[in-house]
Amino acid sequence: MIEIENVRKSFGALEVLKGIDLTVRKGEVVTIIGGSGSGKSTLLTCINGLEPIDSGRIVVDGTEVHAKATDLNKLRRRIGIVFQQWNAFPHLTVLENVMLAQVKVLKRSKPEAEAEAVKQLNHVGLGDKLKVFPSRLSGGQQQRMAIARALAMSPDYMLFDEVTSALDPQLVGEVLDTLRMLAREGMTMICVTHEMKFAREVSDRVAFFHKGVMAEIAPPEQLFGAPQNPELQKFLSATH
Amino acid sequence: MFDTALTAADFAFLAKGAGVTILVTLVSVLAGTVLGILFGVFRYQVGPVLAAPLTFVLDIFRSIPLLIQLVLANAFLGTILRLNISGFAVACIILSLYTAAFCAEIVRGGIEAVPATTRRAARSLGMTWGQDMREIVLPLATRVALPSWIGLALGVMKDSALVYIVQVTELLKSTQILITRLQEPLLLLMICGAFYFVISFPLARFGGYLEKRWSND
Repeated sequence: MIEIENVRKSFGALEVLKGIDLTVRKGEVVTIIGGSGSGKSTLLTCINGLEPIDSGRIVVDGTEVHAKATDLNKLRRRIGIVFQQWNAFPHLTVLENVMLAQVKVLKRSKPEAEAEAVKQLNHVGLGDKLKVFPSRLSGGQQQRMAIARALAMSPDYMLFDEVTSALDPQLVGEVLDTLRMLAREGMTMICVTHEMKFAREVSDRVAFFHKGVMAEIAPPEQLFGAPQNPELQKFLSATH
Repeated sequence: MFDTALTAADFAFLAKGAGVTILVTLVSVLAGTVLGILFGVFRYQVGPVLAAPLTFVLDIFRSIPLLIQLVLANAFLGTILRLNISGFAVACIILSLYTAAFCAEIVRGGIEAVPATTRRAARSLGMTWGQDMREIVLPLATRVALPSWIGLALGVMKDSALVYIVQVTELLKSTQILITRLQEPLLLLMICGAFYFVISFPLARFGGYLEKRWSND
């Protein structure tokens, strides 16, 4: 369970999170929608401790993320994150990309890590690209590789930060299909996305962020069908 | 057609000088590179303000002509501190620091060329700072820095000719000794140049080979 309690965060004078409360249960898929600058991506990077917070707290399975005593490297093994920019390790093959952290962080043996990497790469449809360097992959393939790389760590949670935003339109589908598959398999996920159709399909709950505030959160039928917040109504009519 | 007083023994004398050049270069480039990596990582890590004293010292080594550094270091270590230190040691120390000063800049540039997003991805997988440095940053930075580093190493090899000033008889000094005796400057300088080429060529080719090998990614 991820518990976010009254989290505030500023970049300089700009307060990007103004007291966010959100609880995500095991097996739940929560998507976060909202305009750019609404703080939704920042929240994700706070959840796995890549960004410090100013006040409030984030607790993952009983571990307070920003407590001094917390071993972030250990915590991050349980929380996979995939970013908007494809960030393959360009000097390693696809297989090595997915093996590296398993060997270095989880101390898996090479054969063990390789077996897991092959399994995850097959899972995202890259089983035929094992020996290829990332520069030979399309953006969609690189993004799926990044997903496999995170999944290979056997995380309990997956965070997706606008993973299709930097892709050519024809490549968005393959990545969203991968996310749908994960959702069906019961992975606990928080997805920041601009893909409304996707959010409507996969989410248990959808949260609308506006100017650092979670303005509305509801199951998708309700949030998209009968939006309450006027900003959300404006946002939805602009994006449909 | 070709008449020279150069004997096999003279040739061996030159080869010995070349050996000294190789040794001074090898020691200086190795030590200088290790130091340069440490300095470069340190400068990148602590930021420009905290690294300012180090940067200043390195700037001194980069901007004062090597010849002056060698003479001053020799005088300081030998005459003033009265250390029983050989010219060869002085040469290696100064050339190492000289190399390190340039190498630190190359290393810093290489590290800065690694995208922050790539490093964030490594850290988000639970890799520690050290693992990120070893597995991601240094391999990627090496690819960026290699051409400059090869240039530096070749430069240091040729600059090592200046260590004659602290009584180290390396290749160029050996050549000069023979020129004085045999009065055949053109032939001897050609042979000397050929020696330098033979020493440099493998390094330059090795760099080219690595660049080609790494270009698949």
